[in-house]
Amino acid sequence: MAFAAAREIQDGDVVFVGIGLPNLAVNLARRTHAGGVQLVYEAGVYGAQPIRLPISIGDPCLVTGALQVMPMAETFLYFLQGGRIDVGFLGAAQIDRFGNLNTTVIGDDYRRPKVRLPGAGGAAEISWLAKRTVILLPQKRSKFPEHLDFRTSLGFHEGGRSRESLEAPGGGPERVITNLGVYGFDPETREMVLEKIHPGVTLDEVRAEVGWPLRVQEPLGETELPDADTLRLLREELDPKGIYLG
Amino acid sequence: MTKLLSMKEAIERFVQDGDVVAAEGFTHLIPFAAGHEMIRQKKKDLVLCRLTPDLIYDQMVAAGLAQKLIFGWIGNPGVGSLHAIRRAVEKGLPRPVEIEEYSHFGLLCRIQAAASGLPFMPLRNYRGTDLPSVNESLRTVQCPFTGEELAAVPALHPDVAIIHAQRADACGNTQVWGLLGIQKEVAFASKKVVVVVEEIVDEEVIRSDPNRTLVPGVIVDAVVEEPFGAHPSYVQGYYDRDNDFYVAWDRVSRSAEGVNAYLDEWVHNLSDRDAYMKKHGAALALRLKPEPHPARPVDYGLYR
Repeated sequence: MAFAAAREIQDGDVVFVGIGLPNLAVNLARRTHAGGVQLVYEAGVYGAQPIRLPISIGDPCLVTGALQVMPMAETFLYFLQGGRIDVGFLGAAQIDRFGNLNTTVIGDDYRRPKVRLPGAGGAAEISWLAKRTVILLPQKRSKFPEHLDFRTSLGFHEGGRSRESLEAPGGGPERVITNLGVYGFDPETREMVLEKIHPGVTLDEVRAEVGWPLRVQEPLGETELPDADTLRLLREELDPKGIYLG
Repeated sequence: MTKLLSMKEAIERFVQDGDVVAAEGFTHLIPFAAGHEMIRQKKKDLVLCRLTPDLIYDQMVAAGLAQKLIFGWIGNPGVGSLHAIRRAVEKGLPRPVEIEEYSHFGLLCRIQAAASGLPFMPLRNYRGTDLPSVNESLRTVQCPFTGEELAAVPALHPDVAIIHAQRADACGNTQVWGLLGIQKEVAFASKKVVVVVEEIVDEEVIRSDPNRTLVPGVIVDAVVEEPFGAHPSYVQGYYDRDNDFYVAWDRVSRSAEGVNAYLDEWVHNLSDRDAYMKKHGAALALRLKPEPHPARPVDYGLYR
């Protein structure tokens, strides 16, 4: 997942980084094909160069050696709302077929939730304002429902041109990456389409973990695996304790 | 005029039952010592406001201090859930706690509006989401120039802001480096401001580097010197975040009994942060101490 996510980053992108796998992915991109990528952390850091893997989104290693530290308000006002973020990374507890995300509650009743989730954090504005977003989450049927229990962050809304009709400044989700495959979005209907499947995973296994009739690209591709050098970089330098890679 | 107080005095004098309290700090500089003192003093019916409630509010909610939480993201960063807050929200234990939620940008705009003396702040956000349906403070406003519709949030004036920092002088001129969070905004937005610092320094130290001053003394009511007062969060250049504690809290906080045992041992049975540090022993500071990495000095010049 980390490798597939790193491939979504182009050299020179200004990336709004979340913690966990996105962080690993962006640092992998920075150390491989995208040396010119600039890392923006919502905590108020531009041009971070963490020398250890940050555990929290406000780790002190993000500050030491960065190009700029600013009040958090400025990351949201100037970088995000000012239209300076190329890619935003997002996670979620639930995603629907149009890439809308739920990170708020599981259950029908907001006031009496089955599970209270963390809430919006910076995700609502990233999904609304970043030029494009990449969504990472583990794939389970309960996480890919027909209808979200709560819509925290906007993807392509109801599909078609509905996101555009809301006049969203950002372009919306570009990829969804799970432990089973990689998805894009149909340019017309804006529905999630399985583009690539990870080696060793079957299409039936993927379908079993999606709560709607899944569209599959033809021909279906296979996810490229990282080469030995990239694996070594990931396991020995970027996540030597196996915090995210296990 | 000196504003130096002990933590006990500062919390007694500036935090009242029922207050809207903003003990801020985004991962960095979370004022845990102040949170523990509020628990010791059994403050009641507080409205607790933070972008990320973090362990400090999980502990305060577990101790029954809060009637309401205003927040943007409610989790244990890098670990998982805040179990005590979930018990309060999902089961009403030890008492029901009302919640009012925003995104980070939305809540910081509320604080920024208050700090700027404005009744509201417009922002681009929330269209097509369910957030406005569960929070009536998320409204819209029409731009008088372009006609476009924007989200709007009302000013939020906390009764008291509590912020931790590296250093201040006795008047409360406060210098911070590392992540700045929304400390400046929340200090200007609040009616009272309590600053907690690692070190009190002479005014001339502050004056030698005025660009580093985040909060001016004129808006500060109390200054508390409390080394390691932000543990288990961190202070850039002084000590690292105690990630082991954040991970361990996940297990401790899964039961009310676990949290209560922690609060008894580390809060109620101790008189202050000094006692907390003595109980931890010297190994804690040693384990969390970063290698030195000083900035190069800048030359402000002397203009006669």
